[in-house]
Amino acid sequence: MSKKMHIKLNVNGKDEEFLAEPRELLIYTLRERLNITGPHIGCETSHCGACTVTIDGKSVKSCTMFAAQADGAEITTIEGIGNPDDLHPLQTAFKEHHGLQCGYCTPGMITRATKLLEENPTPTEEEIRFGMAGNICRCTGYQNIIKSIQAAAAEMNAAKEAAE
Amino acid sequence: MYNFDFEKPESVADAIAALQGEEAQALGGGQTLIPTLKQRLASPSTLVSLKGIAEMQGVCMGDDGSVCIGGATNHATVAAEAGAYPALADTAAHIGDPAVRNRGTIGGSLANNDPSACYPAAALGSGATIVTNARQIAADDYFQGMFTTALDEGEIITEVRFPVPEKANYQKFVQPASRFALVGVYVAKYADGVRVAITGASNDGVFRWAEAEAALSANFSASALDGLSLSGDDMISDLHGTGEYRAHLCAVMTKRAVAAA
Repeated sequence: MSKKMHIKLNVNGKDEEFLAEPRELLIYTLRERLNITGPHIGCETSHCGACTVTIDGKSVKSCTMFAAQADGAEITTIEGIGNPDDLHPLQTAFKEHHGLQCGYCTPGMITRATKLLEENPTPTEEEIRFGMAGNICRCTGYQNIIKSIQAAAAEMNAAKEAAE
Repeated sequence: MYNFDFEKPESVADAIAALQGEEAQALGGGQTLIPTLKQRLASPSTLVSLKGIAEMQGVCMGDDGSVCIGGATNHATVAAEAGAYPALADTAAHIGDPAVRNRGTIGGSLANNDPSACYPAAALGSGATIVTNARQIAADDYFQGMFTTALDEGEIITEVRFPVPEKANYQKFVQPASRFALVGVYVAKYADGVRVAITGASNDGVFRWAEAEAALSANFSASALDGLSLSGDDMISDLHGTGEYRAHLCAVMTKRAVAAA
């Protein structure tokens, strides 16, 4: 019998505290313990990126991290990025530019793209392809995902300029 | 996966103590070990996470001008902070994908010694020194075959020291699904000669290509490699490429690395 771990997380601004077995993967903590079902389980082998979340400011695949490793961390999932009444510019852009078909990869795509645009607010197509390499989409062929991210970047940069 | 206990030591000494337990296993970023645990290919009684050990984090310059990287430093940090050795930073910047680079560590990669991983080529190609809690190991003595290293049970990599070459480059022919190297070649030119280390190809893991090193030490240009080739007989053969194909890639990628260095 292994010792349960006392784990504290802050997920989308809300403090969470619970006891979990060390083997509990973060994606299961989010989906099954906290009912945050935006991050998806695609491959569960760290290839597809459907489970991508932001942990302490960095993109991470939550299927390849234990909740115990995230103890004390601040986590943002797609739920913390926007909502139907207040879409993030990336969500609007994905919708307008047909950046999704089935939508399964989209939460991970957009969560990753928020960090990509923070790291590089004006990415070229090549930089988007490189920066999004860990997120796989089997519907779109990626062209419209790139268009969506470029459109969101333009929108976000314009909004930033207008604010200055 | 099977369950285990989880320890989060904050010092190397505490980590070593925790690793004395039977079937205890060190955990870096978990980008290889967690998938291995999921497949039940490993069943440690205790995982000892090395991520919380401050003295094993970060990049700094050694007194001898070498770039020193803490064993628990992730690839993204090396990519961002090892600018004093640009080829090494560039190698780190192309491991896996962004999320993997935010978790995976140099110590974890070198301790695992995957035959297709990038860091073993960088370490062997640079003649790096692997520093553990107990000793210093030259890269030439450290890599001992596929998934096999000089590390003893319970020994951990606390730091890796890279002497900075005059010129260097790593060329990776990516296996697009896994983003591991189908073949990767690390070339580094030092005052006392050129080192060429190849990953992804041999059944014995990362290795140095002595003939190419001799030719490049005499004349550091891609044309110096004309006519040189490796045998594919003892190379990895799988659905991604035959041994013969990998042997061909070794020569091609070595030339590209020299041209780009």
